[in-house]
Amino acid sequence: MIDPQQHLAPDLLSPEVKQEANRMGFGRGLLEAAHKDKDIVALCADLTISTKMDDFAKSYPERFVEVGIAEQNLVTVAAGMALAGKTPFVSSYAAFSPGRNWEQIRTTICLNQTNVKIVGSHAGVSVGPDGATHQMLEDIALMRVLPNMTVVVPADAVEAAKATIVLASHKGPAYLRLAREKSPVITTDKSPFSLSKAQVLRAGTDLTIVACGALVYQALVAAEALSKQGIEAEVINAAVVKPLDTITIVASAKKTGAVLTAEEAQVAGGLGGAVAETLADHHPVPMSRIGLLDHFGESGTPAELMEHFGLTAPHITAKAQELIKRK
Amino acid sequence: MTHKQLELQANEIREDIIKMLVEAGSGHSAGPLGLADIFTALYFEVMEHRPKQPEWPGRDRLVLSNGHTVPVRYATMARAGYFPVSELKTLRKFGSRLQGHPERVRLPGLETTSGPLGSGLSQAAGMALALRMDGSRGRVYCITGDGELDEGNIWEGAMFAAAKKLTNLTVIVDRNNIQIDGPTERVMPLGDVAQKFAAFGWHVIEIDGHNMDAIISACNLAKAIVERPTVIIAHTIPGKGVDYMQYDYHWHGYFANVPGAPPAADQARIALHELRTLGGQIRSEHE
Ligand SMILES: Cc1ncc(C[n+]2csc(CCOP(=O)(O)OP(=O)(O)O)c2C)c(N)n1
Ligand SMILES: [Mg+2]
Repeated sequence: MIDPQQHLAPDLLSPEVKQEANRMGFGRGLLEAAHKDKDIVALCADLTISTKMDDFAKSYPERFVEVGIAEQNLVTVAAGMALAGKTPFVSSYAAFSPGRNWEQIRTTICLNQTNVKIVGSHAGVSVGPDGATHQMLEDIALMRVLPNMTVVVPADAVEAAKATIVLASHKGPAYLRLAREKSPVITTDKSPFSLSKAQVLRAGTDLTIVACGALVYQALVAAEALSKQGIEAEVINAAVVKPLDTITIVASAKKTGAVLTAEEAQVAGGLGGAVAETLADHHPVPMSRIGLLDHFGESGTPAELMEHFGLTAPHITAKAQELIKRK
Repeated sequence: MTHKQLELQANEIREDIIKMLVEAGSGHSAGPLGLADIFTALYFEVMEHRPKQPEWPGRDRLVLSNGHTVPVRYATMARAGYFPVSELKTLRKFGSRLQGHPERVRLPGLETTSGPLGSGLSQAAGMALALRMDGSRGRVYCITGDGELDEGNIWEGAMFAAAKKLTNLTVIVDRNNIQIDGPTERVMPLGDVAQKFAAFGWHVIEIDGHNMDAIISACNLAKAIVERPTVIIAHTIPGKGVDYMQYDYHWHGYFANVPGAPPAADQARIALHELRTLGGQIRSEHE
């Protein structure tokens, strides 16, 4: 059963559930954080509207910096501004930032411990017709391996807004991963969010599903279907991929004895990689990982691609059934 | 073909582009339409190539650095005989060889994969260098956007190409004065692009990118330049050929680099929206 303490949206499993792209939540969160903290500045690389920095740019033109199509410049100017006392948020598409400017992020932000928040929008195959070049799938892995980096993959627009506000007051490098497409809004303003805790959305005994981003909703739908077959899945929203909440995940693995991960990213180095590492260290159990399996994306509608790459609830359900046989 | 016939061919390609984009339901429109004359000149007049033998070693190569304009390349390749025109309607669809951004491994003749801006010029320089090492007479053409010139990688490549005296490299800059957040001179002023390239050691030619004679003679002139690579700065009209963008001189005016007279931000935004959605027919990729 879904934990009432999570205050999830009551219509979560209905077909009428509200849909919104999580980048919209980022735009709102940034504006709210900016109202309270005059040191917050925003930098963008010729994608102001689509990465949802437009409201900030309108409200605080003197704190908004357009750098042009120059993602290496984007993060290094931001590092400089952070060194001079600002809290920069920088946005582009994830394929370009942090895709293109990784070494600059490594040295001038992570090693340097500068307070820069990197916002990668349009991540995942749900970008759709733009195709593989624009469907960033390796960003979680790229950011997760960097010392000092915090990595957040919000489950929906409401959580994206919350994460933005929390990251604004958190000192240190952070990566916020966003998607272009609308997805169901499953959390509410009252739902808990913390950089040090994964949220157990639904308690279960037969297996654990750890998901992030839009796959959290798919996991909840899958858990409902599994429940009808007498399989009780515990569903964990691991929005904070780094630092991963080892305590919550290991405790759940001990209880259920099987862990399935689900993400819209390469499982190698992604959430799947992170959970596998944690369980290998602390409590190995049979595991299965849903996500991109060493493939690039391609053009198509978001729905076609989510289906093609097995990122939907029915696929999670099927994988879960396979997995519990291995217990 | 006579230049008049080439102009008609370019218009047919513009029609293809609009049909493809409407069928796809999304994609960039302004850049591809503005590049139709240049693509027609390259594929139907300037370049040595064999549509039925795309990997022919003696060919000239075309690197599309601004990959988002690929509909113009697909349409031109189809009209030149690389693949059936009927395949154009698969643009951006699941399973198509015509990906939203060009993928070399899917469609023979694309030469490279692009979409992420800024990395074409260096690849073109690498090809030009390798061809010269092998004594090939093949030339390399590279098309870039103007907003794309914001990328540092472009200038790393520009410095390299001049240092290596890559006379077999011709870069064509699509100087249409727009990028996504607005007019280039408002987003990140490029100033005098010709002077910038000249300072990097390039031979510079400026042309009207819709004048067939000018495009062809500039490309031919580039073949005669010694010691230096050539850049052709082609002034183009974004969305060239689409009525509601062109009938009014303001369309170009909004994006032109008129010192002291930047377009009103709101006007530019509305204009860009119209252009990118083909007047509300397709979804803009950038909103
Ligand atoms: C590295 C990178 N950053 C950002 C983008 C997103 N993007 C696509 S087109 C474009 C504007 C390009 O401007 P320009 O080169 O002038 O081309 P035009 O819009 O005139 O066709 C941007 C920023 C990208 N494709 N690649
Ligand atoms: Mg341009």
